[in-house]
Amino acid sequence: MTPKITPKLTPQSALDFTVRNATYVIFGCVLLYFGLQAPVFLGPESLGNIIKQSSFIGIAAVGMTFVLLTGGIDLSVGSAMYLGSLIAGIAMKAFGLGVAEGLAIAVLAGIAMGAFNAFFIVALRVIPFIVTLATLFLFRGMGVWLTSSQQFDFDENMRSFGLSHVLGIPTPIWFLAGTALIGYVLMAHTTFGKQVYALGNDRDAAHKAGVNTASVEARVYILSSACAALSGFVLIAQIGRLDTGFGEGREFDVIAAAVLGGASLFGGVGTALGAVIGATLIQTVKLGLVFTGVNLYLQPMMQGLIIFIAVLMDGARQHRVQLDRKRTIRPVP
Amino acid sequence: MTAGLNTILSFEGLSKSWFGVPAVEGLTLDVREGSVLGLIGQNGAGKSTLMNMIGGVVAPTSGRMLWRGALYQPRTAADATKTGIAFIHQELNLFTNLSVAENLYIDGFPRRFGLIDQKAIQTRTQSILKRLDLDVSPKTIVGQLSPGERQLVEIAKALHNEASLIILDEPTTSLTPRETTRLFETMGLLSAEGRTLIYISHILGDVAEHCDDIAVLRDGRLVDSGPAAEFPIPRMIRSMIGRDLSGMYPPRSNQPLGDTLLRVDRVSQPGVLHNVSLTVNDGEIVGLFGLMGSGRSELARILFGLDPVQSGSLELRGVILSGGPRERIAAGLAFVTENRREEGLMLEASISENLSLVGISSFGRGPLALVDKPSLAQYCEKTKQDIAIKAGNILVQPVKALSGGNQQKVVIGKWLLKEPKLFILDEPTRGVDVGAKFEIYSLADQIAAAGNGILFISSELDELIGMADRIVVMSRGEVMGEISRPEFNSERILQMAFREAAA
Repeated sequence: MTPKITPKLTPQSALDFTVRNATYVIFGCVLLYFGLQAPVFLGPESLGNIIKQSSFIGIAAVGMTFVLLTGGIDLSVGSAMYLGSLIAGIAMKAFGLGVAEGLAIAVLAGIAMGAFNAFFIVALRVIPFIVTLATLFLFRGMGVWLTSSQQFDFDENMRSFGLSHVLGIPTPIWFLAGTALIGYVLMAHTTFGKQVYALGNDRDAAHKAGVNTASVEARVYILSSACAALSGFVLIAQIGRLDTGFGEGREFDVIAAAVLGGASLFGGVGTALGAVIGATLIQTVKLGLVFTGVNLYLQPMMQGLIIFIAVLMDGARQHRVQLDRKRTIRPVP
Repeated sequence: MTAGLNTILSFEGLSKSWFGVPAVEGLTLDVREGSVLGLIGQNGAGKSTLMNMIGGVVAPTSGRMLWRGALYQPRTAADATKTGIAFIHQELNLFTNLSVAENLYIDGFPRRFGLIDQKAIQTRTQSILKRLDLDVSPKTIVGQLSPGERQLVEIAKALHNEASLIILDEPTTSLTPRETTRLFETMGLLSAEGRTLIYISHILGDVAEHCDDIAVLRDGRLVDSGPAAEFPIPRMIRSMIGRDLSGMYPPRSNQPLGDTLLRVDRVSQPGVLHNVSLTVNDGEIVGLFGLMGSGRSELARILFGLDPVQSGSLELRGVILSGGPRERIAAGLAFVTENRREEGLMLEASISENLSLVGISSFGRGPLALVDKPSLAQYCEKTKQDIAIKAGNILVQPVKALSGGNQQKVVIGKWLLKEPKLFILDEPTRGVDVGAKFEIYSLADQIAAAGNGILFISSELDELIGMADRIVVMSRGEVMGEISRPEFNSERILQMAFREAAA
């Protein structure tokens, strides 16, 4: 009945396009800038490195995207990275387990931590920000207690797993790809995924439509912690030892990656692929700064700037959505 | 139309009261299978409460509902859906970030190898959309559809859920005339399929034209019902009005003065207001009447600088109003919002903190503008006396411990320090008991007697007739007319609000 919308190029539509695809626009600009500064940066070796190093934040960002889709937040991911890997390491040492079993234990530990968060958020209705802020300290505190703040060393086979290649591609990249694929399938092709989107769009309507909101919400926190624990384990496998400070402050990288990838802090918007792109973008900037020899001490500020841009973009997007939703009482001509 | 003799849904002595105040009282009515029932009544007549009971959102206090002769006791919205009842609300329950097909299937997708069977949902959705003659792809994101198209998606959802009773609550509010015609065609189609419809609307002409039966609610009771053929519009309006008003309002103690205080001149904002003009004089109470969605509150928000305005001008004592709320307050406006609990009060804070919220800056002393607490306390105490807030120690008692009426006085009281010239009172007596209403009316009279103007917004016609010097009637974002006190006549005012030309 209404004529199909034909895109016209106006300053408004150009701005709209930029806001909608800001991640790709920024990504393009960043690559172009560093490429001009140091052409080696765009070489296969350097690009491969970027992707490998983004797997850590990327895996956790996929999990975080689920949480953000519901309009929640998970601040405990940095600590879950640490505690998940630590529990796996202790179990491996105590029972002489291999890396595969260790990995499974890390993920299980992540699921347990997520269930803990979910219990307070869903059953006791404490707001996610407060719950996960508390568990940020709780999970790390537990690790400090278990290790007496000592560094934990893994066996040599852990490192050989972390630095291994499959079909010539570093193992961490496979894990990132696998997580992203599972995340994508869950979001786009399952009832659960669609209900996550519905919940983030309008919680009340989702409830009215017969969606089991409690179960959906609990599952996103479990996914987030599980992804965080997995990401921690995959990175630790490359380093071989675990410090008490591991993963500290990473929750902000993870959230920034998800938001840069298009997820909204207001819920209802985001994709798994976006989270991977966001994580890669952050890593590109970090590595690019090193490549171009920017003062080391300036880098934390640049990181702050990235988070700032991510949130700013989200705000701009949300503003557009609000305008779209504005209630009218008479037909707009 | 194929209205049969079977009853699909019946109410037997159905009642619901909120804290002892009845919203629906002893409602007994049968809905015939396959018929279109028009349900009308003023705001607050009990229509929404009735809908919420049918929809499983609230439980009746007494009485019962029967669905095809069997007891019907929905506990959740999903129960109603399972029974075969669908709601099409004015505020749509669609997920704007999902596709049309996904919206239909959100409570359960067909699966293939564990994943959503995209092909199945597309095909099935496509066939439903085709039946409704809605030419969009099932993959279209709902956020990209027009209000009329979204409405049809809601209907598609009802068809998908095999609903045999579809309740449409003010469905045409944000539709263009073409979309409205289309909706009526669709209703005809649903009716021809043997589905039962309940149509709730303020547009009486539509009700008369498209319904088989009419039922009128007033003050929670069924006051009149019958076949549409015997229900001309004047009978509908007559049934909706009528209440004893004596003693509920204080006498007005002053005559409005001649000088124009507020002048709203041809204000328009697409989708909200169209060419709205009105004036308020010094010492005058101007009632602004309109049904839900008439643009009353939208006008208030525009006056107070909360929402944008495209054209037209606003003047207070000849000075053009511009900027946001801060500038408007400085110019002499005060706004008592519709939702006092959400927008007007800090419930946990003390009464004096609330009273001093707007005027606190004038109690700053010294270079750091430290608050002069003793004189602030003195001022708050004086306000409390002036407007007779019934409270203990106003320095410690939180506002949430006050009754609704006294809370409302605190909201009004906090503006007094700024000595505003024009008060905008938006539904100031909503959710307040009768005694407290009287006190709020007295306070309004007191404010006007001091020479200030009041724009008194209400959906209760009776209280405007009781209090206003003049009533301006709005409908769908337009001013339909105005009537001054000597000519007050509920029937005429309602006719204007319902856009029915005087008979």
